[in-house]
Amino acid sequence: MEKFGILESTVVPIKVKDIDTDQIIPARFLKATSREGFGENLFRDWRFDEQGNPKPDFVLNSARYSGSILVADENFGCGSSREHAAWALVDYGFRAVVSSYFADIFKGNALNNGLLPVQVSPEFLKEIFKHTEENPQQYLLINLPDQTISISETEFSEQFEINSYKKMCMLNGYDDIDFLLSKKADIEAFEKQHIEF
Amino acid sequence: MGKTLFEKVWNRHVVSEVDGGQEIVYIDRHFIHEVTSPQAFDGIRNRGIGLFRKDRIVATADHNVPTKDQHLPIKDFLSKHQVDTLTRNCEEFGIDLYGLGHPFQGIVHVIGPELGITKPGMTIVCGDSHTSTHGAFGTIAFGIGTSQVEQVMATQCLLLQRPKTMRITIDGTLQKGVFSKDLILYIISKLGTAGGTRYFVEYAGSAIRSLSMEARMTICNMSIEMGARGGMIAPDETTFDYIKGRKHAPKGEQWEKAVEYWSSLFSDEDAVFDAEFNFDAGEIEPMITYGTNPGMGIGITQKVPTSSQVASPESLKKSLEYMGLNEGETLIGKSIDHVFIGSCTNSRIEDLRIVAEFVKGKKKAENVTAMIVPGSKQVEEQARKEGLHQILEEAGFELREPGCSACLGMNDDKIPKGEYCVSTSNRNFEGRQGPGARTMLVSPLTAAVIAVEGKISDARNFVGVEVPA
Repeated sequence: MEKFGILESTVVPIKVKDIDTDQIIPARFLKATSREGFGENLFRDWRFDEQGNPKPDFVLNSARYSGSILVADENFGCGSSREHAAWALVDYGFRAVVSSYFADIFKGNALNNGLLPVQVSPEFLKEIFKHTEENPQQYLLINLPDQTISISETEFSEQFEINSYKKMCMLNGYDDIDFLLSKKADIEAFEKQHIEF
Repeated sequence: MGKTLFEKVWNRHVVSEVDGGQEIVYIDRHFIHEVTSPQAFDGIRNRGIGLFRKDRIVATADHNVPTKDQHLPIKDFLSKHQVDTLTRNCEEFGIDLYGLGHPFQGIVHVIGPELGITKPGMTIVCGDSHTSTHGAFGTIAFGIGTSQVEQVMATQCLLLQRPKTMRITIDGTLQKGVFSKDLILYIISKLGTAGGTRYFVEYAGSAIRSLSMEARMTICNMSIEMGARGGMIAPDETTFDYIKGRKHAPKGEQWEKAVEYWSSLFSDEDAVFDAEFNFDAGEIEPMITYGTNPGMGIGITQKVPTSSQVASPESLKKSLEYMGLNEGETLIGKSIDHVFIGSCTNSRIEDLRIVAEFVKGKKKAENVTAMIVPGSKQVEEQARKEGLHQILEEAGFELREPGCSACLGMNDDKIPKGEYCVSTSNRNFEGRQGPGARTMLVSPLTAAVIAVEGKISDARNFVGVEVPA
């Protein structure tokens, strides 16, 4: 997993609420048995028409917006548990997603793939949308060690929450398996007294 | 202070607590399927480690299988490769596989309970968000991503933040023609698609207690549609009766011990929940969704809301544009193109019986295609034994072989662009049943009535209930 420290980038804003993982990556593209290549079909049906031509009004096809931070309206990543959604976002080049609320499973999947979910207040999200609408070259600065997110060169800045263990993993590029494997003796001891019916 | 049902089960599975308040939680059963497991197996191989407890893993092929001619090789190359990969992985690692052609094959959340693998007090995970289904037995069951599938394969544990607890109490009696599917769609329409996020839900109350196990599974199944990690129901006699005698059910003395333990699994009277909601079952009418998430549901006689009635007018506008519907519109009488009966929400034998009982001696409408996909080989077999397949076929329904099918449109079972599908599945997201498909979620009886009428109709009018206009 790639390490995450400080990220400053322009953003791709999608002002839509309740973006579900079927939109991020439709089921018909889940047939691959590897983790690579899902970025091609990220937001497939919002991004391309039936013939595979880019839809000009979708933000990923707009020349105005690019960057490694996706900004979306509240309740991002609801629905299916498919980790392919996180893989598609990472494969496309995103390193962080900013929203005012994240669905639980998506949030966990993102953290397990070095994609930082940054939950901000609805007011701060509004400011991001406003600034980036006015100026597509507007940068956001995400500082994971300090747990702050700022609209660069403005007074707008906010603290964000992250579990301290998960923060350590993101900063160092560790994943949960290494940690769990180191606890095998505890797990075996637990099993000895665990009765199952 | 007393404990909630959730706390009783969770606490028994905590291996230890780690920094930041996360806990290492032991997983009793791990279901896997072809779509979300191959990358996890690769991870295990790449790390050069084996499976920690292969006997706690059960596999089936369901998401990406054809529902026609399952005895023939799968035609789609990528699908075949994915299903074959599961078979190879299960052989290599020694995992029990109920694959295509096996008499126990079926949708993972249908076969777990019907084989008696799912039991009260367990922790169960699967790389599928509808794993919450198993909560109907008083288990902690929830969906996980593929990285977590790999974690469970490697250590039989997950590192988790303990969710908050919510209790939803539904008292009263459901009207005739109203089912558990309507009940859960009603709850989701009240709480919204994120109303349960960060929570584990317990469903309680007299309306829940009166439901069969299959009806309870439908409720717990859709917990994720309001964002909850899972839903659970305290086990009772209904639960024990359902499990008794099933393939993996405890036997003899073990059964007595198990029932004694299972009987302790309920929320203590003085247990405190982080959130509580109460609903009256009698107020619920048959439900239908009009929008593009499961929270956008209304009673079937109600009108589609207007911008002034909703919190997010932009979302409403976007949804109605996709659905080809108007604000304030009445749905009754609207012509429908397809009816899909299936999915882990409503593909069990009771669902098929409800549909067959209604359509017996009737014919589906000319303008409708009606497809019915049983949840498992055992459900299919039971339907044949009871003669349901004949009733359904005579009514013009196409009876398919088991799989997830048009619930997610991963195989060939897709709804064409712009067409309306009334579906017993769990998600009405844009494109869920195929690019441009317009899904309306309903109960199996409502689906059967609409298949026969060819248009949206109130099921109560067909089962002897007088509904005031």
